[in-house]
Amino acid sequence: MSEKKDKTSRRGFLRAGLVLAGSVVAGTVLKPFNGVVVAGEEPKGDTPWYGIGIDIEKCIGCGKCAKSCKLENNVPMEPFFFRSWVEQYTIAKDGSVKVESPNGGIDGFKQELPDDQIFKSFFVPKMCNHCSKSPCVQVCPVGATYVSPDGVVLVDEKYCIGCRYCIQACPYGCRYLHPAKQVADKCSLCYHRIKKGIQPACFEMCPTGARVFGNLRDKSGPLVKFLRDHNCLVLKPHLNTGSKLYYNALSGEVR
Amino acid sequence: MEHHFQQLYDVMSQVQGYIYPNEIDLNWSILIVLYPYITGLVAGAFILASLERVFKVKVLKPTYTLALLTALAFLLTATMPLINHLGKPFRAYEIMTTPHATSAMAIFGFVYLWYLMVVILLEIWFDYRKDMVVWAHQTTGWKSRLYKILTLGSYDISPKAVAFDEKIGYIITIIGIPSAFLLHGYVGFIFGSVKANPWWSTVLMPVIFLFSAMVSGIALVMFVYMIVSKIRKVKADMNCLDAIAKYLFYILILDFVLEALDQIHRIYVAEESFEIISLLIQGKLYITLIIMQVLLGTLVPLVTLAFLQFKKPTDKIRHTIYLVISMLILVGIFFMRWNVVIGGQLFSKSFYGFTSFKIGLIGTEGYLMASVWIIVPLLILAFLLWLLPPWKKSEELAETVTI
Repeated sequence: MSEKKDKTSRRGFLRAGLVLAGSVVAGTVLKPFNGVVVAGEEPKGDTPWYGIGIDIEKCIGCGKCAKSCKLENNVPMEPFFFRSWVEQYTIAKDGSVKVESPNGGIDGFKQELPDDQIFKSFFVPKMCNHCSKSPCVQVCPVGATYVSPDGVVLVDEKYCIGCRYCIQACPYGCRYLHPAKQVADKCSLCYHRIKKGIQPACFEMCPTGARVFGNLRDKSGPLVKFLRDHNCLVLKPHLNTGSKLYYNALSGEVR
Repeated sequence: MEHHFQQLYDVMSQVQGYIYPNEIDLNWSILIVLYPYITGLVAGAFILASLERVFKVKVLKPTYTLALLTALAFLLTATMPLINHLGKPFRAYEIMTTPHATSAMAIFGFVYLWYLMVVILLEIWFDYRKDMVVWAHQTTGWKSRLYKILTLGSYDISPKAVAFDEKIGYIITIIGIPSAFLLHGYVGFIFGSVKANPWWSTVLMPVIFLFSAMVSGIALVMFVYMIVSKIRKVKADMNCLDAIAKYLFYILILDFVLEALDQIHRIYVAEESFEIISLLIQGKLYITLIIMQVLLGTLVPLVTLAFLQFKKPTDKIRHTIYLVISMLILVGIFFMRWNVVIGGQLFSKSFYGFTSFKIGLIGTEGYLMASVWIIVPLLILAFLLWLLPPWKKSEELAETVTI
């Protein structure tokens, strides 16, 4: 009797083991995690894969980028809605960090700290990072925000329900709810311009050439050259957003 | 819109330090505080009901049906603050017709419908079917017709049919428990998965949401039971209340431990966001977190309930204590949701400053609108209790089954 029981339990054990092993193999083949992982895929053929380079050393804080963006894209003029803005960082000799962006830098900046107290000061233009593993695209419940085939993160304003989950999910504060349209709005990298072969407004208006727009797949293009010639970093790399906005001379204080 | 801009200018003058310019407009307001609050009440009330049904805690019998009806009343309202809050409320259906698979929010509609249709409505229907047949015979006119419609034409109340109802009800409750866990754990995941926000982004969030949901739901049923007994001028069953208080005590301990663990972990690992979050807790969230949530909403009830496990004052004193404690917990958990939702947006993702939160009396995001979504489920509950009075169930059945 007990021998029989032993056999049955052994058989049961083997069966359970096989089922478990089989499920693991099947699970691996099905790659269940791929269903929820967001990653824009680099296109095949000769479709471009757009990225941005910004040289902090060249930015003079004139704010023309922020202003031209508002004018080009009909962004509300109130100082709470920006697709593009400039931040002024002032690191004092006592180590304190002061960040300012009055009206997004459109009206220029004033340095209030006396020169002899300043350790260093610089400007950081900000805009959508057009991430390839974009958290905002991941969380949109209806798919109204998406990555275009050439790697630009866009919002379909006719489809957005205005839940604002994407605004919460963007680590860089690049999105806002359009007050009149009541849908999420953000930098489109002037998609209407780049499709015609013209530079986005903020790139065209930059008087010092601090901004480089280009195709990351064009190995002899200006953006790849910029990345080769400078030591570039992205913002908040630990969040693994796959940012395609590369900064030269990015200081550790910048977030 | 002009009013909104004026509000934003006011907020701008109160910004401390640096925040990204787009962060002045605080996007998730009081309606999004209500959403996890109401959903949590539903999940908690259901779990209390299932204690009686599945785990055979017979002493909780007086609150079983009441808990189910409370869950239904709040569940019917749960989506309203969400839809109310959307920029484009008429596009809300898109979330069901074209859900985006990678979004934590997209599945909410389905989880909600599953819970409403498959769990709560079915369970209540099977629980009341026999009574509705009986009531249809006992009443006349439109009320009788209403009961007939509600039975969906299923009039068989033979012992065999009633036993079948009982069996199905039991199975639904068993399915219901993981569903309730799913419903609210999932709401926690909506916040916990936002990696951009260190105040939200913790794996403990779904578990914390779940346990706080149970605490609030149990407290709500306790409160409603006492009030309903008072209105009906009957004495509340003290054995039942003591049992509820015991479960409330255990789950409150778990909830407190989990939340404490989350905070201790934050303090010990002290990541990049640590400074801004400690400033947040000591400053802008001091009253809502330290005073309302932790002290009044958790510690006072916890100590009082612990005391009651050892000493038993008179029924009258215990009754008063339970009434006060259930209200404190309900307020405390409301502020817990507040601290998560609003607290998570008060500091800048640049970690360099704070914005402030302004809420008006009127408007779609004002206090009045918010109180509507708290009052409406109570009105629905009053209607349900009138239509399907749990206290009229058992006694009348004995007579009618013999008819």
